[in-house]
Amino acid sequence: MVRPLRIVFAGHVDHGKSTMIGRLLHETGSLPDGKAAELEAISRKRGVPLEWSFVLDALQAERDQAITIDTTRVWFRWNDRRYAIIDAPGHRELVKNMLGGAAEADAAVLVVDAVEGISEQTRRHARLIGLLGIEQVVVAVNKLDAVGFDREIFAGLESEARALLESAGIAVAKAIPVSARDGDNLVAASPRTPWYAGSTLIGALEALESKGDDTDGPLRMRVQDVYRSGDARIAVGRIDSGTVKVGDAIVATPLGSAACVRSIERWNLPASGTARAGESIGLTFDLPIFIDRGDVIGHTDDAPISASRFRAVCFWLDARPPVVGESFRVQCGPSVARVTLRAIHDAVDSSSLAPLSADAVEQYATVSLELETRTPIPLDGRAHGMRPSRIVVLRGSEVVAGGVVDTIDSSVTLFATAHLVTRPERETRNGHRGAVIWLTGLSGSGKSTLAMALERRLFDTGSTVFVLDGDNVRGGLNRDLDFSPVDRAENIRRVAEVAALLAESGAIAITAFISPMASDRAIARQAAGAGFHLIHILADLATCEARDPKGLYKRARSGEIESFTGISAPYEGPTDADLVVDTSHAGIDVSTEQLLAYVIGVTRL
Amino acid sequence: MTRLNDLDELEAETVYILREAKRCVDPLSMLWSIGKDSTAILWLARKAFFGVVPFPVVQLDTEMELPEVYEFRDRIAAEWDLDLRVRMCPPESSVDQSLPPASRAAARKTEGLKRLLEEDGYRGVIVGIRRDEQATRAKERIFSPRSSEGDWDVRRQPAEFWGHYTTEVPDGVHLRIHPLLHWTEVDIWRYHERENIPFCSLYLARDGKRYRSLGEKNITVPIVSDAATLPEIIAELEATREPERAGRLMDSEQEDSFERLRTSGYM
Repeated sequence: MVRPLRIVFAGHVDHGKSTMIGRLLHETGSLPDGKAAELEAISRKRGVPLEWSFVLDALQAERDQAITIDTTRVWFRWNDRRYAIIDAPGHRELVKNMLGGAAEADAAVLVVDAVEGISEQTRRHARLIGLLGIEQVVVAVNKLDAVGFDREIFAGLESEARALLESAGIAVAKAIPVSARDGDNLVAASPRTPWYAGSTLIGALEALESKGDDTDGPLRMRVQDVYRSGDARIAVGRIDSGTVKVGDAIVATPLGSAACVRSIERWNLPASGTARAGESIGLTFDLPIFIDRGDVIGHTDDAPISASRFRAVCFWLDARPPVVGESFRVQCGPSVARVTLRAIHDAVDSSSLAPLSADAVEQYATVSLELETRTPIPLDGRAHGMRPSRIVVLRGSEVVAGGVVDTIDSSVTLFATAHLVTRPERETRNGHRGAVIWLTGLSGSGKSTLAMALERRLFDTGSTVFVLDGDNVRGGLNRDLDFSPVDRAENIRRVAEVAALLAESGAIAITAFISPMASDRAIARQAAGAGFHLIHILADLATCEARDPKGLYKRARSGEIESFTGISAPYEGPTDADLVVDTSHAGIDVSTEQLLAYVIGVTRL
Repeated sequence: MTRLNDLDELEAETVYILREAKRCVDPLSMLWSIGKDSTAILWLARKAFFGVVPFPVVQLDTEMELPEVYEFRDRIAAEWDLDLRVRMCPPESSVDQSLPPASRAAARKTEGLKRLLEEDGYRGVIVGIRRDEQATRAKERIFSPRSSEGDWDVRRQPAEFWGHYTTEVPDGVHLRIHPLLHWTEVDIWRYHERENIPFCSLYLARDGKRYRSLGEKNITVPIVSDAATLPEIIAELEATREPERAGRLMDSEQEDSFERLRTSGYM
């Protein structure tokens, strides 16, 4: 069976959306037994004529104020086809709720009151329907009984509505004269509009089609999570578009790890070598590549752009306007990036289309936001001929905008001037390769002790070497960072970038940071490139806690230090270490020798 | 290539929601009423997490369920290796006596849920409600923030679109997570049929009657029905004009009794 056709009813407050749906359910025989009698009783109690909207407006506040507050979905069947009707509120203050319902619709019915005509929210909803990419729209001119079923009034509103929707990029499928309360032209052709020979509302709905499912597009799967099952790591997510097959060469953006698909994982289903848009699946790969939540899996020859700066056409939802320089969080499904607003373009009132000043973007304006990312996020842009990524913009935890990505710039807006001295020249003078020797391990595992011993030994043999550790970066370079998870990750990123510069200069950079998260170490590996070596300084927790050189474990156990790695924060043991140095069983001298031998080996010219 | 069918699409969405919940909300639990809907969620969780249900499964017990319900619970909990936690709800004498009698069992569950959240500190609870069951449930979000009292602020629900859910909430607020919101009653049964998911025998007709919705034995009545197999249930529902919860007395005692229950924390 195909899924129900999803239709959102949009339009200005009080133009009769809920009434039309309630009456349509009645006319199609979709209301449960006793519902009509119940509505009559409720309406009588409130001293109003029979109110069909009460089928949907079930909240007391909705019935008392005779408005729809929140989106509803109801189902009905007609001529063996199923429909899911989404009732969206028409009040200005409730556009956020309207958006939630409309975002999933295949088609829209724009309801226009014959007396009031095209109003503020009619225009705004038309604009929003265009932004959401809904291409099929039916116009229902309602309350025609109140204007004596006047043909000229209908014709005037029809052409006005067509022009409005055309300006939003939508061709109107049909326009229908309706009186929702009395049921005219909903299911049966009305004798009160003899001048109208077109289809009824239900006839117009029958002619609508479901949105395509994007199976033909490029492969995009945003990774939700990575599960371990024995030795296997399964990347799970829902395929946004395209198809994936076992054996396909894929790349995970933004880190760019490449591998081939080894299996498609599903539970309690016969094994299948392919999966397509819409499915929630798991993937395993032939190589132990690093993949994390938010990464996008695409085919190697057709991957999304890792955006560092992009523009998105947005619907601004918040009462407080955006300010250039302000920080936001951008989410695209499970992918997240912190961004800085660099510029505001093309702000217009989404109802009147009047231009707005960039420093006074009103609530519910449409606006093009130019955003610079602090961490790259994989996106597709409309201007690049792709089905655009749809983003949600958050200020704190509040959704302040939704939009579609237009243009993307993946190159940082810096122009690197070529050096006249090359890395090989520097390495030749130093007598060894540049490298980043990245030590990871629990506090007390011996990272700093080993780093300093190694630095001494390498220096004494004539190497150019420098240790980066907490003390020499936290006090200066990173003194603006605290110990929150976000700032800890930023601390590691900066250290990785500095270490990479040292390696580029031909030096051996040794770093001594706990770096507990696999994602941070992957960023470090990415920054440093080929000369990166991950060394796991391994000691079990009990050993580290017994050593406790700085008394930190004791303070963590007493609760004085929050989220301390190994005690109250996780340490993700590396599965991709180039060398493991076990300090629980070997002394400092033996461990230093092991490390020295490795470093000399990998930095030999 | 044909497009996904409707059950595939519903399944994929629910699996996506469950994986988001597992990844972003901690600690997480699920309410299992032992009915057809929450049992379907358990099955979908096993799909999402490759055979295991990776969170505690809580039954808010009033000791008023029918015996078949308890038998089914114990059998499935053992077969599926569930981390089942049965929590006793406070007695009826402790709830708001202004509520009509049949609503008091619901109020007991609401109170039981509040205590569960207080004592076990869950940030999220997965609940098997659907939009088509009841008109106020139709207005829900998939991830719905509630205060510690369970209050549902219907006027200020967060925006939810394009697969973005509210997963971060301040202390004292928890999330109700509704992975079946977009399923209908018939969808659930068609899925049971397709996947061969076990369900409590009370749903099947015996002596001309069956339970369409399972609630406490003193406030739920069976419907007249000859549907003794799944295909017969599905055929019956395709044709019926009776609402699903017609046998649940609490829904119709007063115009707003269900909304009152829900705004004060009922599922």
